[in-house]
Amino acid sequence: MEAIKKHFFSDMSVMLSRSMRHVFRSMDTIIKVAIMPIAFMLLFVYVFGGAIRTGTENYVNYQLPGILLIAIASGISYTAYRLFLDMQSGIFERFHSMPIARSTVLWGHVLTSLVSNAISIIVIILAALVIGFRSSAGVLSWLAVAGILTLFTLALTWVAVIAGLSAKTMDGAVAFSFPLIFLPFISSAFVPTESMPTVVRAFADNQPVTAIVDAIRALLNGQPVGNGIWVALAWCLGILVIAYVFAMLAYKRKVA
Amino acid sequence: MAETAIQVRGLKKSFKTTEVLKGVDFDVEKGSIFALLGTNGAGKTTIVKILTTLLKKDSGTATVNGFDVESNPDNVRQSISLTGQFAAVDEILTGRENLIMIAKLRHLDNSRQVADDLLKRFGLSDAADRKVSGYSGGMRRRLDIAMSLVGNPQLIFLDEPTTGLDPEGRNEVWKTVKELAEGGTTVFLTTQYLEEAEQLADQIAILHKGRIIVSGTLAELKTLFPPAKVEYVEKQPTLEEIFLAIVGEKEEK
Repeated sequence: MEAIKKHFFSDMSVMLSRSMRHVFRSMDTIIKVAIMPIAFMLLFVYVFGGAIRTGTENYVNYQLPGILLIAIASGISYTAYRLFLDMQSGIFERFHSMPIARSTVLWGHVLTSLVSNAISIIVIILAALVIGFRSSAGVLSWLAVAGILTLFTLALTWVAVIAGLSAKTMDGAVAFSFPLIFLPFISSAFVPTESMPTVVRAFADNQPVTAIVDAIRALLNGQPVGNGIWVALAWCLGILVIAYVFAMLAYKRKVA
Repeated sequence: MAETAIQVRGLKKSFKTTEVLKGVDFDVEKGSIFALLGTNGAGKTTIVKILTTLLKKDSGTATVNGFDVESNPDNVRQSISLTGQFAAVDEILTGRENLIMIAKLRHLDNSRQVADDLLKRFGLSDAADRKVSGYSGGMRRRLDIAMSLVGNPQLIFLDEPTTGLDPEGRNEVWKTVKELAEGGTTVFLTTQYLEEAEQLADQIAILHKGRIIVSGTLAELKTLFPPAKVEYVEKQPTLEEIFLAIVGEKEEK
């Protein structure tokens, strides 16, 4: 028993390196979590951007937070995908019948989600820098942005865990992510919500993506964040707690 | 330690309203090959899952290598290895990476060496650095069993190890199982093929409608039937023998 607790970190690193190999060996994953968001960014900046009046000079700066959220929403769908495959293939059961710290089987997927999303975020920010993204944010603001993005990733990761554990088919395991990927389009991520019809605007103003995007944008542009950041954090924490509870229920149903 | 590797008494398990196991009793001797026979859906996999700590029983007792599966699951896991019904290998990793991963999870110091040895032993050295997704069914099963042997567990569970394999692949698995038993490992095998049990097992138990209806050695089971009459029949080669002769595989019988 003691021996197994002692091995938690070594078991965790085996699980992490395993799933990270899955990420890097899947062209499909790399395209969806890094190349597609960058392509979206280019599309918005160089095609639509000219026609969008945001009231700010630098549209690259304006749309970057939304692109980051799209990347995370795409990224976590692969967490559900990898988890579902593990459940199906029997490797989950193999791990669970071994003398390892059992919790690392699930937490390995969660940690992989955090690490791989962090990598794709960094790649996208580097690409944004190339096309003109500039930030006046100080270290503290950047840390706050990293904190919000980590919390957002973690919250959606637990949503993905629910899907990965309880889906009956592969399609079911990943389908939940499509609305999440779409959500930034009906928010303040790419156009100011003032330009939307009343009903759409009411939705856009009150959904989590708008709050999160506005908070990140303000932080990156060195503007005061006001109460918005608390609304953003409340959304992230709220989703995180609820998703975690349901994910644990789904996990207990699967594991003796 | 006791001479019995597995002891099961009055084991019961229901799923919702279906009673799958209605009081199962059996013992498995250390170092023997034990075959659990039964039709599809008889509850063989349920028994394997309970014994490998993947599923909780409703009632009864089950001890593995002297440890209770419910109160001492960590000790049970320490001494067993499971090869499930579906090859539990990582498709994205190479054969070598799969073995090294398991060796690391078993906290062995020389994981690379362990992997090399098993690759050689299972004839996978040439395919060692290829992704498992490109392996044939037989190779996959061999890797699967090799992964179960990492760390030399005393007791190995093989849940329908030859289902879905071609005759060649099946013979390979049989050979491996025999070698394991010769090396002193206890093998718990489930199968729906009577011939498989006949070929391999020291002890056979037949699971039917949630209970073990017969158990014993093959010789003991044979005495349950009327004595054999001697008849002379011209022996025709079976299609399988013809197939194996043509593809040039020697039958090891």
